[in-house]
Amino acid sequence: MSFFDESNVAKAKEILARYPRPKSAILPLAHLAQDQNGWLSPEAMEQIADLTGTTPADVLGTCSFYTMLKRRPCGKFVVSVCTNVTCLVTGGPEVLDHLEARYASEPDVTVEEVECLAACDGAPALQVNYEFHERVSPSSAVEIVEGYRSGTRRARTVSGATVA
Amino acid sequence: MTTAEPQAQKTTVTVTVDGVTFEAQPGELVIKAAQEHGVYIPRFCWHERMEPVGMCRMCLVEIEGGRGYPPACTTPVADGMVVHTQTDAVKQIQDGVLEFLLINHPLDCPVCDRGGECPLQDQTLAFGPGESRFVEEKRHFPKPIPLSELVLLDRERCIQCARCIRFADEIAGDVLIDFVDRGDRMQVLNFEEQPFDSYFSGNTVQICPVGALTASQYRFRARPWDLSTVETSCTTCSMHCRGAVQSSSNRLVRLLAVDSEPVNHGWLCDKGRYGLEWVHSEHRLIEPQVRDGGVWSEVSWPDALDRAADAIETAKELHGADAIAVLGGARGTNEDAYVWSVLAKGVIGTDNVDAQLGDGLPAEFVLGMERAEIADLDRARAIVVLDHDLRDEVPVLFLRLRRAVLELGVPLVDLAPAAHGLSAHAAVIARTVPGEPLAANVHDEISRACEGRQGRVVVVVGRGNLAAAADSIVGAAAELARVHDVRFLSALRRGNVHGALDAGLAPGFLPGRTTLDAGRAWFTDQWGGVPAERGLDAEGILRAAADGKIRVLVLVGADPVSDFPDATLARRAIDAVDTIIAVDGFESESTKRAEVFLPCTLWGEKAGTVTNLEGRVQRVGRKVAPEGTAMDDWRIAAELALRLGRDLDLATVDEVTDEIARVAPAFAGVTSELVKSARDGAVLPVAGHLDEIVLRTGELSIMADDGSGTSWDPIKVHGEAPEEPADESEVTAHVDAPALHVWDRRAPQPEAPARDAYALRLVVGRALYDDGRLVSETPLLQRLVRDPDLRVHPSDLARIGVDSGGQVKVTSTRGSQVVAVRADAGVPAGIACMDFSADALGAALLVDAGQPVVDLRVESLR
Amino acid sequence: MTETRIVTKRLRDRPDDSWTIDGALASGAYEQLRAVLAKGDTADVQEQVKLSGLRGRGGAGFPTAQKWSFLPPDSFPRYLVVNADEGEPSTFKDRMLLERDPHQLVEGIAISSYSVKCNVAYVYVRGEFALGYERLARAIDDARAKGFLGRDILGSGFDCDIVVHRGAGAYICGEETALLESLEGSQGMPRIRPPFPAIEGLYAKPTVVNNVETLSTVPHIVRMGGEEYAKLGVNRSTGTRIFSVSGHVNQPGNYEVELGMTFRDLLYGLAGGVRENRKIKFFIPGGASSQWLTGSDEHLDAPLDMDFVQQTFGVMLGSGAIMVYDETVDPVLIAWRLAKFFAHESCGKCTPCREGTGWIEKVLYRMSHGLGRPADLDLLVDVGGNISPGVVNAPFVQTTICPLGPSAVSCIASLNKFFRDEVLERLRNDAGAHA
Ligand SMILES: Cc1cc2nc3c(=O)[nH]c(=O)nc-3n(C[C@H](O)[C@H](O)[C@H](O)COP(=O)(O)O)c2cc1C
Ligand code: SF4
Ligand code: FES
Repeated sequence: MSFFDESNVAKAKEILARYPRPKSAILPLAHLAQDQNGWLSPEAMEQIADLTGTTPADVLGTCSFYTMLKRRPCGKFVVSVCTNVTCLVTGGPEVLDHLEARYASEPDVTVEEVECLAACDGAPALQVNYEFHERVSPSSAVEIVEGYRSGTRRARTVSGATVA
Repeated sequence: MTTAEPQAQKTTVTVTVDGVTFEAQPGELVIKAAQEHGVYIPRFCWHERMEPVGMCRMCLVEIEGGRGYPPACTTPVADGMVVHTQTDAVKQIQDGVLEFLLINHPLDCPVCDRGGECPLQDQTLAFGPGESRFVEEKRHFPKPIPLSELVLLDRERCIQCARCIRFADEIAGDVLIDFVDRGDRMQVLNFEEQPFDSYFSGNTVQICPVGALTASQYRFRARPWDLSTVETSCTTCSMHCRGAVQSSSNRLVRLLAVDSEPVNHGWLCDKGRYGLEWVHSEHRLIEPQVRDGGVWSEVSWPDALDRAADAIETAKELHGADAIAVLGGARGTNEDAYVWSVLAKGVIGTDNVDAQLGDGLPAEFVLGMERAEIADLDRARAIVVLDHDLRDEVPVLFLRLRRAVLELGVPLVDLAPAAHGLSAHAAVIARTVPGEPLAANVHDEISRACEGRQGRVVVVVGRGNLAAAADSIVGAAAELARVHDVRFLSALRRGNVHGALDAGLAPGFLPGRTTLDAGRAWFTDQWGGVPAERGLDAEGILRAAADGKIRVLVLVGADPVSDFPDATLARRAIDAVDTIIAVDGFESESTKRAEVFLPCTLWGEKAGTVTNLEGRVQRVGRKVAPEGTAMDDWRIAAELALRLGRDLDLATVDEVTDEIARVAPAFAGVTSELVKSARDGAVLPVAGHLDEIVLRTGELSIMADDGSGTSWDPIKVHGEAPEEPADESEVTAHVDAPALHVWDRRAPQPEAPARDAYALRLVVGRALYDDGRLVSETPLLQRLVRDPDLRVHPSDLARIGVDSGGQVKVTSTRGSQVVAVRADAGVPAGIACMDFSADALGAALLVDAGQPVVDLRVESLR
Repeated sequence: MTETRIVTKRLRDRPDDSWTIDGALASGAYEQLRAVLAKGDTADVQEQVKLSGLRGRGGAGFPTAQKWSFLPPDSFPRYLVVNADEGEPSTFKDRMLLERDPHQLVEGIAISSYSVKCNVAYVYVRGEFALGYERLARAIDDARAKGFLGRDILGSGFDCDIVVHRGAGAYICGEETALLESLEGSQGMPRIRPPFPAIEGLYAKPTVVNNVETLSTVPHIVRMGGEEYAKLGVNRSTGTRIFSVSGHVNQPGNYEVELGMTFRDLLYGLAGGVRENRKIKFFIPGGASSQWLTGSDEHLDAPLDMDFVQQTFGVMLGSGAIMVYDETVDPVLIAWRLAKFFAHESCGKCTPCREGTGWIEKVLYRMSHGLGRPADLDLLVDVGGNISPGVVNAPFVQTTICPLGPSAVSCIASLNKFFRDEVLERLRNDAGAHA
């Protein structure tokens, strides 16, 4: 039983071909799996282990190191709010608190606090599915998220794969 | 290293550590070089047998002229290097690291298995400030979680040294645990539902420097200060890993590995490590018994021995000595085997004696082949594996092989019948087909693998397939014997089988690797008589028994019904014998019908010597008093000899050892004194390499003497080579002793039928956790036994028309069975692999010892 | 006081299409690659880079030509790895270069690969940079289509391709050996050195790791000639650098300036001074890892010279990020947030950093949230000293494998140096309030 769907199996082969050692493909394949499924499930890790000639424990060890890879199901929209030093003094924490309260019971939106996003000249900054939004306020941040929820805004895929 | 050529260049470097100046090997790590010269640098993550990682930062030192504080564990020595390990700055760093390690440590030493032998605890005692400066909440994790049936993990105690993870990856190759998460949330873990099922998992418990990993078997059983310890060798298989066995209240509670450079490098397999409980099993029989009118009753030893001696004597008088046969003897010590050999061959006069149960290789080959030592693997030109999966057969030999191939880069030529744990790293793979000669190009392939390399070719040879006659393996070995500068390393697995064969427990042989014919005169002198003619091997004995020609069958720790590959034949034989005399610790399928049962001591209850697969004689230690009135096997034999009219005049086990050294040619020089003082034992025959024997200078210590807390490291016994090697002429003193047997390299012609397209040829190997007594009487291991299934190539599975996991009916000349079948791309097409197991599900009922190979018809049940 | 736009020229000149192949070609992209390949002299590129005095823009400021020269001469394959993991708090220049001028980077990679004789380069892009990743990947495809990458580039016989590898959220992967581990599919944990990457790097092969800005500068050095480039800047800090200025300045942003300019000119002249004309209380000159400076004249009038600030004040220009805080800011709060960052991003491999950063964060949290105790500051200094002996009084060394752990100590040293009395008083008050 394959975790990856047919087009992603092909994409996975392409990814594997980029590296002299298949283990290097663990991160790109994990991104691919998240694009397909929204999170990195055990089944996904098992197949990645299979494809890269490693073990599931190996894949788990690697993937759990990285904060972008989610090992629990999470919302379709991941809202990452920076609270690092520049955003800290320009209102980042307020935006975070507001979004957390606003989306506390909305399973399709996961709000998380993140470290510096390299957008400090536009602080406070946030990302929705890794699309940048700068100089946000609590209210504009909600508007932005709602834009994604209603489909007027769209994010790229992380793996670079086109997802139907 | 040869000292013949004078070296112009200096091959060592001069290093000074804390004012001590010494010579060290270039490339050696500072931490190790310093230790060898008496300076102990504290450490947690470094382990001598693994790649350094420099993680814990406990070993930082100052090096003159260098910048900062490099870790001694990752810094190689250099000429002229001056190292300081005791400066104020270094001490402050060590205190700092210790404090960092403790801030999140639960300090639950009173309830920790490691309490009392914990380096973190030891160093903390020495550390000082009683009060922690850390007032914050400690890190919390749910208390112990199982990583497997055998190993539990307490993440709060873990100090993230990665020793366990590195062991699983580097040494065992079982990447089943890893660090999960990062930073101070980083923890050791297995993947979801995939437990840490490694045959070697127990090693991680031993090398864990704190009590984070504990053994489910040992947990809370004892505190270190209640334990007493004896150095020994594990005889669960023929590797004989060095160990230290510990008991509390006359029960064996723990076996720890001792680091022996030539043998086990500080490792044990889990079967050996945890297979202690069977000794104290409630099923054990510990009093002599006789059967009267079909009913067992306990009797005194003299009565039981009289009964056994009478039966032997009567059979000999009525039917001749040939009507008596002895099977077994591979489970005890060399002394046990030797005295049984004297009893059978010297006193009774029968040569129908075999320590192997049709699951080994002919004694002519094993005793006479040109032998390699285990360490030869490391410097081999190439290694040829002519066996099945060594991981299941001789696990720690597998580790040695894995190291030689992966770490030292020795090319591997894989001639196993199916893929195994090392196939992925093989330079050449040429699968052998049971009953067929080796592929024609094997010699070319071996030369290709060896190209540009020096050293010997080592052929690891075992009985890789219980369903094919041993002849085909001897034939292949004869073929390989043509390789230039080749040596053979036996992989026969049974406990002390090599000791038993050396003691003469094989037809046609006498003790000390000499044949009946060559040794006739000498042993007649020593013993007063030997059998007139070569007798029968196990298969022959069972056939003769089935035909009613064996009247008395003595089973010395042998259970042919469960162990002989052809269970049908074994069952018929056992049923047909008049009198069975059993020397054993347990009742078995074969001893159920016995007339006399003589309870013997088991490992841990007896002292003596054993011989491992490379011919190394080492000691086993007695740690607990025997259960009940169980007696050593050799003493039972001596008592029987006395009742048969011969006083062997052997009072102690040392006397037996010394007699062996005196009369058995290959054992010349291997006296009780030598084996007690030789740190690593001695490889037979010792003449010619006496100078290589390292004598021990100190006793084994579990805790380091200096309290520096190396307890979790593989325990080291120090030693040094004797300055004046013993005089070789002393060792070879018996000028008239017979010569050692040499294998004639004759290749038996396998005469297997051609394979037909509808049948699969059967390959039967043993799983590590088989249904042997040690496993079945150790509940912890019993749970790990896997159901034997039939493994076939996916294309064959498709042809049969079942899914992997489905049931099929298999039929051999012996009969039919229903088994589960599984696809395995490592099994060549046309071959079927199955584990040996005596119960109705295993291969034992399919094997026909009368056939050179077993071909199976496999049908889907639908 | 103006910018000196070299690396940022195209993206400033062509705000609408600088990242496209057409926009880039229209403004001279790949001409230097063409020239270098036409000349066919690998040593010459190295020589020009050496003459330019170019030092790494990733943080450590190591001379680039010297780094290249460590590659063993006859060991192949070898790799060029581009560090585009930009995660140092308040640094945002590489992201701009990726998003707005990827062809400049591609050209720099191709020229540098040619010079060091490598045929495959890997660009490790920070996982969160979705747009940057897309534009770079696109640029590579377009460049390959035009023959600037791939087999037999521009008929020169030189093959070079670029693989873009995306990180997944771990600051430590910016450290070059952690980056290599991550690229090999493992946890991003720094390696023990030696061996250095130049000898055993990616896949145990000789490897050069360079920053995005460093490599983006290479085509310009080729164009100008090394000597000419070296005329820009001051002392051993030659050329220009992009500074990411953020915080309480009126015009935060990236400014490319000639090295040697003063902080005052950069912060007041280019970045527009502090909001509402407040005073600068302190600023962090080289990214979160650096120790701090204050709004004093001595500090503001110091030149942007890597060696000068290091030797004079013990701070670094690091990744070129400057965070400015006015008087309203509580330095303890900033210290805590930085400590929280380092605790979160510690890889966990070595003890002092794994345990020490977490400890520091917990103490600073208390201190910044009114729960401090008078002894806390000295406790921090002492614990910091166990991670980074001498951090308070140079020479500074580390007990850790990589400099992340010591970076977490910089804020403690700075608090102690500039705000000791203020902090102590506050701790006494807080303790009194809770007594
Ligand atoms: C913790 C840590 C994080 C780092 N992060 C980055 C980074 O995000 N980008 C970068 O270019 N260099 C970073 N570096 C520096 C790199 O290790 C390395 O020095 C640099 O990539 C070399 O390129 P350069 O010589 O061109 O500067 C970091 C170093 C450390 C210790
Ligand atoms: S200093 Fe920190 S980040 Fe660097 S290796 Fe040690 S634990 Fe990892
Ligand atoms: S760092 Fe050297 S022993 Fe751990």
